[in-house]
Amino acid sequence: MFIRHEAIEKNAILLVILTLITVSIGGLVQIIPLFSIETTIERVDGVRPYTPLELLGRNIYIREGCYTCHSQQIRPFKDEVERYGHYSLAAESMYDRPFQWGSKRTGPDLARVGGRYSNDWHVAHLISPRAVVPESVMPAYPFLAEKKLDYSDIAKHLEALRAVGTPYTDAMIANARADLEAQVNPDLDPTAMEKRYPRAVVGKFNADSTAITEMDALVAYLQMLGTLVRFGDIPPERLRQ
Amino acid sequence: MSSQAVLNTGRPPAPRYVEDVIRAAVVLSMFWGVVAFLAGVVIAAQLVWPQLSFDSEYLTFGRLRPLHTSAAIFAFGGTALIGTAFHVVQRTCRARLFGGAPLGWFVLLGYQFFIVTAAAGYLLGITQSKEYAEPEWFVDLWLTIVWVAYLVAYLGTVLKREEPHIYVANWFYLAFIITIAGLHIVNNMAIPVSITGSKSYGAWSGVQDAMIQWWYGHNAVGFFLTAAFLGMMYYYIPKAANRPVYSYRLSIVHFWSLVFMYIWAGPHHLHYTSLPDWAQTLGMVFSVMLWMPSWGGMINGLMTLSGAWDKLRTDPGLRFSVTAVGFYGMATFEGPVMSIKAVNSLSHYTDWTIGHVHSGALGWVAFIVFGTLYYMVPKMWNRPAMWSTRLIGWHYWIATIGIVLYITAMWVSGIMQGLMWRAYDELGFLQYSFVETVAAMQPFYFIRFLGGVCFLTGGLLMAYNMWRTIRSEAVVTSARHQPALAA
Repeated sequence: MFIRHEAIEKNAILLVILTLITVSIGGLVQIIPLFSIETTIERVDGVRPYTPLELLGRNIYIREGCYTCHSQQIRPFKDEVERYGHYSLAAESMYDRPFQWGSKRTGPDLARVGGRYSNDWHVAHLISPRAVVPESVMPAYPFLAEKKLDYSDIAKHLEALRAVGTPYTDAMIANARADLEAQVNPDLDPTAMEKRYPRAVVGKFNADSTAITEMDALVAYLQMLGTLVRFGDIPPERLRQ
Repeated sequence: MSSQAVLNTGRPPAPRYVEDVIRAAVVLSMFWGVVAFLAGVVIAAQLVWPQLSFDSEYLTFGRLRPLHTSAAIFAFGGTALIGTAFHVVQRTCRARLFGGAPLGWFVLLGYQFFIVTAAAGYLLGITQSKEYAEPEWFVDLWLTIVWVAYLVAYLGTVLKREEPHIYVANWFYLAFIITIAGLHIVNNMAIPVSITGSKSYGAWSGVQDAMIQWWYGHNAVGFFLTAAFLGMMYYYIPKAANRPVYSYRLSIVHFWSLVFMYIWAGPHHLHYTSLPDWAQTLGMVFSVMLWMPSWGGMINGLMTLSGAWDKLRTDPGLRFSVTAVGFYGMATFEGPVMSIKAVNSLSHYTDWTIGHVHSGALGWVAFIVFGTLYYMVPKMWNRPAMWSTRLIGWHYWIATIGIVLYITAMWVSGIMQGLMWRAYDELGFLQYSFVETVAAMQPFYFIRFLGGVCFLTGGLLMAYNMWRTIRSEAVVTSARHQPALAA
């Protein structure tokens, strides 16, 4: 073996090719089956693409690096299920580009934070975390409540997502702007939006401002986290991977 | 130097190497090191005194943390790797850099441009939110171009070498350059919302995205922070100790086993998540096995000192390199332990992970760079020695104390946090609310901050020492040539 290794040491191209093969095997074995094995994603109902408002809220969550301190992935342990709710399913993040499972809990897990606190609580907490939770080490985000949400190109966001595989329909793209406003403006009729995006939470999330702010979008996103799958309806075998 | 080369080898003189690029890389790497340590101290302080974000949009932990990690890994580590790769490849191949100074400058300066655009993006909130792959699509495209140029310069030099054998350090550098290229391209596949905007959406989603991200993330550790710095170890430790590498056979075995096994280890970042169990188990098994090739490298590095251990008393630069290999051994033992699912159920999401990363990043990566730069600076600037050997000693001890404070604080806080999260009281209720566990971390976050201040202080001492060395008088005779031992 070591006599033949000399051949590799004297031929750079051979060294490069053998290295390439050696480093490729592990990744191919672990990644490719995840796309082809049907059982990677559980067969549950309710998971849908994000509403335009939730999507922009999610983009703010990404922009601010919330994932550096908050996970969105509940592990199947007794204490985590009691603290945060049902363990996370692969299906629940199937439209997440990129995924936000996180790797660190300096703050608590947020996978099922939706509906746990009121909109006003979230707004107050984001503006001044220590006014609500004295021991908190979270940075304050008062600027979110003042910045107007830029949704001028919202249809383009949906189109880009459709190009990579998220099933946004033509109607969703055509009505992206209207749907965004219908979710947050109490004067508009949200019926059509709710039909396209079942279980969407409607309301003026940031009650302090009449404009549509970044705070509205972020709170709309937080309030839907983990709420799409109703676990009471699902037989256990559907959860098997 | 050429006359001596002839004396030693009886061969024609070595070609004129490209050296300005390497000198610039040494200085830039030092600069980015200080920036990275400072950014780390700032965010460590923010976790003790959260008011330090000043309600500013640009100074939150969430935006500064990627700045710190990228400054440490890509700016400090990456620039040192480009400089040393060019240094090592020219000398061990006895060939001038392929593409000469222009290609060398393009790689180094193009890489600096990548760093600056990425860093500015983080502060402005332009991020993909994939850990250690945060830069957005346009920065990724630019890095791809620079990286291909890096590969061309490196491989081109190896191809036109005058030495019959490709020296072992080059195997590691090559594996690093090739693998990082593949990881970078696959993990960053995305479609921009608009060609004039920064935002993009990735090609992968959910569980597949998680797997691809940690296949990338763990091998950024495996190839950027391990294989490449092992290449550094394989050249500079034998040089500084003036000894041949301990075992040629061990270097072959551990090279191939290391590059084969590392790639499998990614799923240990996803234990007990929605990733299917079979992938988690594969990741755990390979992570545990990885202990052996890792220690193969440690043994080869440490045993190279056989018969030269006395040099540690007189050469504090070498002391850095050797301590680095020790930390490498420790971190590559801790890693496999943490990849065991039962241990990971406690350690994951806690500060234990942060402590583990820093025993690798501070103890291994930063220390091997310090040792290498202390060796390189007098050589590259033709000075008899560093301006102050005593100051290197001070740097060594202050930085070591900093690391010890850092990792012990994180062990205690991490394990405590993990235990508090799963604690039940006698009535069967969860004993602690989440925020009680946050409050319990405070003393340890303060100790960690002190550790970071020590490490930063050491970095500043080094920068000062380097500046004084470069400003000092050059040696008149060209007596800097060393016997071509390792080559």
